[in-house]
Amino acid sequence: MSKVHNNKAWWLVLPVFLLVAFSAIVPMMTVVNYSVQDIFDQSSRYFVGVDWYRQVLQDPRLHDSLLRQFIYSACVLLIEIPLGIAIALTMPTKGRWTSLCLIVMAIPLLIPWNVVGTIWQIFGRADIGLLGWSLNQLGVSYNYASNTRDAWVTVLVMDVWHWTSLVALLCYSGLRAIPDVYYQAARIDRASAWAVFRHIQLPKLKSVLLIAVMLRFMDSFMIYTEPFVLTGGGPGNATTFLSQTLTQMAVGQFDLGPAAAFSLVYFLIILLVSWLFYTAMTHDDKTR
Amino acid sequence: MDWMAWTLPTALFFAAIALLLAGMTMWELHSPGAERKGFLPIDTTRGDRLFIGLLGSAYLHLLVVGVTDWSVWIASLLSLLWLFAVMRWG
Repeated sequence: MSKVHNNKAWWLVLPVFLLVAFSAIVPMMTVVNYSVQDIFDQSSRYFVGVDWYRQVLQDPRLHDSLLRQFIYSACVLLIEIPLGIAIALTMPTKGRWTSLCLIVMAIPLLIPWNVVGTIWQIFGRADIGLLGWSLNQLGVSYNYASNTRDAWVTVLVMDVWHWTSLVALLCYSGLRAIPDVYYQAARIDRASAWAVFRHIQLPKLKSVLLIAVMLRFMDSFMIYTEPFVLTGGGPGNATTFLSQTLTQMAVGQFDLGPAAAFSLVYFLIILLVSWLFYTAMTHDDKTR
Repeated sequence: MDWMAWTLPTALFFAAIALLLAGMTMWELHSPGAERKGFLPIDTTRGDRLFIGLLGSAYLHLLVVGVTDWSVWIASLLSLLWLFAVMRWG
């Protein structure tokens, strides 16, 4: 029996396409237009070619922000992914504690970014914050407002506190989807807990982990609100990430042309990484 | 459309992208393609190769503009060659 192809179904995609065009494609085209002009307002704009791109790509401030951003995202992934897996493995699978555990894990995800920043800003303060005051009382010199290392640690711990739950819940759902026959076979073979993790759980979690890594990478790479509220990008520029540099350029200095060029470079980085993850995921599905 | 601050080069750029997508759609409807393996390390369809070609071209432009003081036309020329190579042998 031959397969019937009905391309009329593509018309059903039209509303989504129009919505995306209105909210993403048209604004992005405008950004492209801005990126090649020295623009003050609609009546005074001058074509400058790729000058803004050249300026932005050779700007040490962007290089520093980009480096910080990659280090930050790498740290986030290196901490949150193993920790999320470990938490998921230790979460109860049945009984009344399961629901309680899931609710507790979901709570940080429900808190808005600026509230998280404010919580940690107060929590970490050396004079009135429980964390900052306690550490200083224990003899550990800690001040996220003046010490670069402390600022970085605080921003990272804050992200881990906020988002590890997401990784844990994703992994938990992945672990629950593994059929019991695999564990039965492992018990017959007297496999150790490590062997079960290495040869059953981890391979079965691969797709879920790819999604978790992609979500956490994209989100951490675009982080703005939490460090802005917590440290304001300081001390100095120590925790100024790409979004904040872009905002300073576009809103603070009103350099619309360079900011547009910068945001397109930023977009291309995110697009490349997202495509790599997407390719890895679809390749994984095809090889099954 | 004044608020979009159009310029002739960006209008031509987007028109070229739109024509490319329309052309690819017509080509696919006329003679549907299949996945194949070329010099790229993954199996790709025509659409995949176009995307890789365009993304590579964007990075090629950034590389030339950011690292060298060559004219941007050299980047565009290299991008055309890259796009052709990916579509033909990718």
